[in-house]
Amino acid sequence: MLRYAVKRIALAVVILFTVMLAMYAMVFLVPGDPASLALGPRATPELKALLRERMGLDEPVLWQVWHFFRNAVTGDLGYDVWSKRPVLDQILEFFPNTLILGVAALGWALALGIALGAAAVVWRDTAADRLLGVLSVGLISIPAFVVAIYAILIFAVWLRWLPAIGAGTPGDPASQARALILPAFALGIGWVGYLARLVRASLLEVMGENHIRTARAFGLPERRVVLRYGLRVAIIPTIALLAVGLGSILSSAVFVETVFGRPGIGTLITGAVQKRNYPVVMGTVLFMTAFYLFVVTAADLLIARLDPRVRDVFRR
Amino acid sequence: MSEPVLSVENLSLRYRVAGGAVAALRNVSLSVRQGEVLGIAGESGCGKSSLAAAMIDLAGANAEVTAGAIRLRGQDILRLDQAARRRLRGREIAMVFQDPMTAFNPVLTVGAQLVDFQFNLDGVPGREKRARARDMLARVGLSDPDLVMGRYPHELSGGMRQRAAIAAALLMRPAVLIADEPTTALDVTMEAQIIHLLRELRAQYGCAIVIVTHHLGVIAELCDRVAVMYAGEVVEEAPVDELFHDPRHPYTRALIACDPARIGKATGRLPAIGGRLPDLSDPPPGCAFAARCGIATDRCRTVPPPRVAPGADRGVLCHEAAP
Repeated sequence: MLRYAVKRIALAVVILFTVMLAMYAMVFLVPGDPASLALGPRATPELKALLRERMGLDEPVLWQVWHFFRNAVTGDLGYDVWSKRPVLDQILEFFPNTLILGVAALGWALALGIALGAAAVVWRDTAADRLLGVLSVGLISIPAFVVAIYAILIFAVWLRWLPAIGAGTPGDPASQARALILPAFALGIGWVGYLARLVRASLLEVMGENHIRTARAFGLPERRVVLRYGLRVAIIPTIALLAVGLGSILSSAVFVETVFGRPGIGTLITGAVQKRNYPVVMGTVLFMTAFYLFVVTAADLLIARLDPRVRDVFRR
Repeated sequence: MSEPVLSVENLSLRYRVAGGAVAALRNVSLSVRQGEVLGIAGESGCGKSSLAAAMIDLAGANAEVTAGAIRLRGQDILRLDQAARRRLRGREIAMVFQDPMTAFNPVLTVGAQLVDFQFNLDGVPGREKRARARDMLARVGLSDPDLVMGRYPHELSGGMRQRAAIAAALLMRPAVLIADEPTTALDVTMEAQIIHLLRELRAQYGCAIVIVTHHLGVIAELCDRVAVMYAGEVVEEAPVDELFHDPRHPYTRALIACDPARIGKATGRLPAIGGRLPDLSDPPPGCAFAARCGIATDRCRTVPPPRVAPGADRGVLCHEAAP
């Protein structure tokens, strides 16, 4: 298990460095000088030179790359070109909002998705199963921002149950929780359908395996066979997907954060891209990549714990 | 002679498939008494596994019993409702499956599963179920039962797993033990050990055992009586010695002649029965074996064969095997 963990973590580090390099290349390959774009057509050459210096763009490329790597390892992601605040501070300020949103969205989607998927198998080939199928596909097809707008319209504007925008009053958990409900609902609803379909397919496949027949041959009730013998095996691929899911949910959080006017990584990164604030863009992307790799690696290690067969393959 | 524990009477079963139905079992009758080992022999596709599955009510969602009865101590289990049938499984009728590699759940320990398998044992606390599981593992010859209890199935060898599967089947002292090809997935040494074990257990527990196999050696070693199946029918039934020394049905004769263990000297050609099984979605009007039979007449091809009794406790489904 330890060797497996070390291998996985080493792989994550390699990926992270590759991403950093690719990002650096991107800044140089994208047409247009960041300083000229940022300052507009009326900027003087002196001003441009000053800004380029401030962004560190006047140094040799390899030196810049080395600098960026070395600083990133020590946690220094550079400074905001405009406000001169450390990029990491801004990320750490906004990230918790996004993370809470993503976890809340995925959490309720996971709970409901597994339940619906298992229910579809318990009631397989009945009208209830078919209804769940239609419902799931429907949920997958609705874009998150459409759900977001309707959710605001219904629950905030008409019913006035929940706030329409913002992340709640800082320091007031009740207000923050209320502000979380609609965005988490909008962000997670597509995943409910997706997870329900995935769990159903995976579970049906497992239900055809011999050990399920054994459990039935000993007279275990069908519900217990499905939930204990089937679901435990079927859930393993779902966890792998969940890690990827958190990555994709954090990137689609951009839309939801925009609709709900909610401070977060999505809002931070869109603002920075618009202003060509490269240190913020790079720092944020790097941070999100690192976080994503962390989650995927953690999920792989969790699967190794849950599935004794995988654990043993890597013990050797 | 004692009453049979389990008897199958004129059972017909078919599988619904795309565009029709396959008659997997046709008018099958047999019975097994307390302490008796009944072998069911036949080639792949003859219906022996379908019969075993039907006995424990696991023939699958597309299977349909069209006629007949399966009586456990006289009571037709096919007439019971779902819940009552489920209550019988493991406690009255237990099964050992063919492939010990996949018979256990891969993510639960063997011990956890053996405890779960005693579901139908009412009023027994979990700790006692654990103790029973442990004892039974020791009885089937696993030298370190505590270790096996905590292991995942893939951590055990094939032979150990099959022993654990047999232990599972015996946990609730069932009246009938059905073993579907219990040794087929094992190597020869393991096979000998499992046969030895089953013989011991039979002497110890006295439950009725039904062994489904295509391996005549296993039949000869273990069984008291044999039913030979062909194309969904029992074509011959006899005590084991009489079957091997005086087979009456042409199919039984051919099967025995094809057993590699009976070939005395080295040969470049293995004997085989020519032809193939008939299409069971449209069974032939006469004898199902007629197309492959050396002594078939026109009558065999058009008229279903009668069941004749060449001796006590014997039966043959053949026109030409008159006593």
